Amino acid sequence: MEMSGEFRIPAPKEKVWSALNDPEILQKSVPGCQSITKLSDTELEGAVTASVGPVRATFKGSVVLSDVNPPHSYTLTGQGKGGPAGFAKGVAKVALSEDGGFTVLRYTAEATVGGKLAQIGQRLIDGTAKKLSEEFFGNFSAILGGGKTAVEPAAATAQPGVGLSPAVWIIGLILVMTVMTLLFVL
Amino acid sequence: MSSAIIKPNGIGAAAPRKEDYRFITGNGHYTDDINRPGQAYASFVRSPHAHATIDAIDFTDALAAPGVLAVLTGKDVAADGLGGLICGWLVHSKDGSPMKTGAHPILALSHVRYVGDHVAVVIAETAAQAKDAAELVNVSYGELPSVTAVAEARNPAAPQVHPEAPRNTCFEWELGDKAATEAAFKTAARIISLDIANNRLIPNAMEPRAAIGEYDKGTGIYTLHTTSQNPHVARLVLSAFVGVAPENKLRVIAPDVGGGFGSKIFIYSEETVCVWASKKAGRPVKWVADRSESFVSDAHGRDHQTHAELALDANGKMLALRVKTIANLGAYLQLFSASVPTYLYATLLSGQYDLPAIYCEVDGVLTHTAPVDAYRGAGRPEATYVVERLVETAAREIGMDPAEFRRRNFIRKFPHQTPVIMAYDVGDYEASLNEACRLIDYANFPVRKREAEARGMRRGIGFSAYIEACGIAPSAAVGSLGAGVGLWESAEVRVNPTGSVEVLTGAHSHGQGHETTFAQLVSDRLGIPIENVEIVHGDTDKVQFGMGTYGSRSGAVGMSAIQLALDKIITKARKIAAHVLEAGEGDIVFEDGRFTVAGTDRGMAFAELALQAYMGHKFPTSEIEPGLKETSFYDPTNFTFPAGCHIAEVEIDPGTGTVRVVKFVAVDDFGNIINPMIVEGQVHGGVAQGIGQALLENAVYDPQTGQLLSGSFMDYCMPRADDLPSFDVGVTVTPAPSNPLGVKGCGEAGAIGSPPAIINAITDALGIRDIAMPVTPERAWRAANGL
Repeated sequence: MEMSGEFRIPAPKEKVWSALNDPEILQKSVPGCQSITKLSDTELEGAVTASVGPVRATFKGSVVLSDVNPPHSYTLTGQGKGGPAGFAKGVAKVALSEDGGFTVLRYTAEATVGGKLAQIGQRLIDGTAKKLSEEFFGNFSAILGGGKTAVEPAAATAQPGVGLSPAVWIIGLILVMTVMTLLFVL
Repeated sequence: MSSAIIKPNGIGAAAPRKEDYRFITGNGHYTDDINRPGQAYASFVRSPHAHATIDAIDFTDALAAPGVLAVLTGKDVAADGLGGLICGWLVHSKDGSPMKTGAHPILALSHVRYVGDHVAVVIAETAAQAKDAAELVNVSYGELPSVTAVAEARNPAAPQVHPEAPRNTCFEWELGDKAATEAAFKTAARIISLDIANNRLIPNAMEPRAAIGEYDKGTGIYTLHTTSQNPHVARLVLSAFVGVAPENKLRVIAPDVGGGFGSKIFIYSEETVCVWASKKAGRPVKWVADRSESFVSDAHGRDHQTHAELALDANGKMLALRVKTIANLGAYLQLFSASVPTYLYATLLSGQYDLPAIYCEVDGVLTHTAPVDAYRGAGRPEATYVVERLVETAAREIGMDPAEFRRRNFIRKFPHQTPVIMAYDVGDYEASLNEACRLIDYANFPVRKREAEARGMRRGIGFSAYIEACGIAPSAAVGSLGAGVGLWESAEVRVNPTGSVEVLTGAHSHGQGHETTFAQLVSDRLGIPIENVEIVHGDTDKVQFGMGTYGSRSGAVGMSAIQLALDKIITKARKIAAHVLEAGEGDIVFEDGRFTVAGTDRGMAFAELALQAYMGHKFPTSEIEPGLKETSFYDPTNFTFPAGCHIAEVEIDPGTGTVRVVKFVAVDDFGNIINPMIVEGQVHGGVAQGIGQALLENAVYDPQTGQLLSGSFMDYCMPRADDLPSFDVGVTVTPAPSNPLGVKGCGEAGAIGSPPAIINAITDALGIRDIAMPVTPERAWRAANGL
């Protein structure tokens, strides 16, 4: 499933880009970050503990970077595995642009989730996705904006279909992106 | 054999259920209530993918985790030479070839084939430690594309479930006379056709599956406590096919079981692993499914796609029925998987109607979904749905009252040989139809409809004149159709020296109330209080081989076995009584629990006779053995054919799409009735499940990823009390001639008869031809608004 969305971060583009390259900032921003290991310049793995309703698991993620074009855009390909809790995997294209004093982070992504996340997550994922993304970008913006935590809510759209509800994919994406973003520059 | 006067707690009495006191006071003994010394716990690592190769399993971390005793995988199963799980029914395709499927390993070896498939098991000191460690098992999967939808499975481009079954086709089966059917269709004045889906269901017994395996090093005997509907069959499969232990070294106990609905007939990986692992770990091993595991790993039900056509002559007389069904079998065949969409389905397609010709084709397909097998009704709900939707549609399209159309086509002479194997022995279909019409006040429906319209509601009425086959089944008959077992039942009646009685039955009660109804039979026949009768079931060490409970068979087959054993008890007791009372055997009268010499005041109570039987002082033990215990194995001579008429009235709010079942009448002919209260309870439960299927329940797999989307009660909607009206239940009686009690079986009728009644009522209310189950408010709203 494909989806897209954007976040508005109260800082200029260069600052956002360099922050996305700052492991300390990212680590502080990612909720539930456990560990990070750099495998090569473009391959990384890490662990994030996340809860979706009653499903609480440590997702081990790995990510590969490509099409890196500072400070404008990059592509992340990654996957997170949470054992019996399921898995999330996907590809995300992220682009930064400026709008007034804000940087707009736009993403388009394709993601898949499976296992217990897909089985029981549907009704719970909406809230979790919102909470996780708000936490990440809230933390991130707070650090960049010197305490300003105001973040425009994610405007996510997803193609309708018979399959998983958009919310399921979004949480998958968020989990993947959280891991991927975290690992981006390390 | 029904008495003219109903004795207190005898046959026909609404005796309160003996077992309920312990259930409602929390004193039942379910598998999870049982704990064995030194017991460890199992947690299963399940596939998150619908289809994948298992490239590697790294359980180093899991093995090192606190409390972990063992981590076992499919390689260990293979190394120990255990066989896979089996299907006990062999179906052949039209071309004569046997059904095709792959092996069903206890733990997956090279591939996983559905979300929830068993990959590994962790045994640990506590359940929490086992679950924690299971999360540390790192499985490397090679993901493969999957197919879950019944309509897609045979597409040549679809991913293959088993290489042994090309195009995912397990069998292409047929029943009936194709040529006669084609010929009849050529002469038809009208042909009515429908495309019908029977939605996939998840059983959801109140008690999840559970097992405790235990190995005694001293004797080499394994004991398995498990949530089984048929412990002897479980023992047979585990010993003869899986080879986990010899039959004489395996004791299977199915204690109190909280509902089964078919899902606990089958022998699953989990209990098999508990038995096997108990020896490997040197500890008793317990596993209790959590609800999430039940959703993905209990065998599901239904899941058919059908094209059905009915040929009529110019007078509205049925000429022929032609049915083509694709049935989803899931990823592996379970114990009865092959029989449910074939012999338990197409054999009922004649319904209550005099149909000269029927031809049915069923393609059984394999998909990357949980196995599909028997679920309350097992094939008969699917058949009834096809027939009764088609019949109602036909009546509307030829402009005939649906009750009248049915009357015109009812079978009226018995026995009646249908074109699809079954020989109906007795019935009175018009009687149940008329009684149902009376109870629902059919004549005044137009008044109620107008009144509803005035309130802005759309009211509809729908019929379902169902028939089913119960009392499964004559052993030779099912053997000729491919069953791997006989379907008789056994009973042993043990009279104690004090005159109390134990009945050991091969049937298993998991909600049916056998402890009451079976005791009623004994109380009635022997004239002893119901409190003096104990029903023993569910333990292979206590009870001789028996076939278990499913297919509404326990009354017709299990109680008939008890009846025959009681006959033997009474015959022997009369001989003893003759000696003790010093009279000729022919002069001994046994009535109301007393043996008397006819025409005298000499007599003795049943309990006195029992004591004499064990003392052996007053009769020649060289002629009559001491003791009073008799055994019977009863094989029925035919299926029984419960039938009846359900009528539903619904009101639909076109603004919200809410469907409210405002009236529901069920009139059933179950033959003679042992306990009308229990029968009514069975009808209520069955109708609730049927309404659940029609309005609420739906198992959904994501077509792209094969993930189970309806995997919890948040997304899988079970019926609740406020979804249901107060049911009006009535009975008509034609005693079954095929068993000595004249009973037919009532456990499934509600779930069989009700779905088409509901959908017929909804389509009537909305003036539409068809609507897919479950009729959610969204579907009803779209239909009501032409969207």
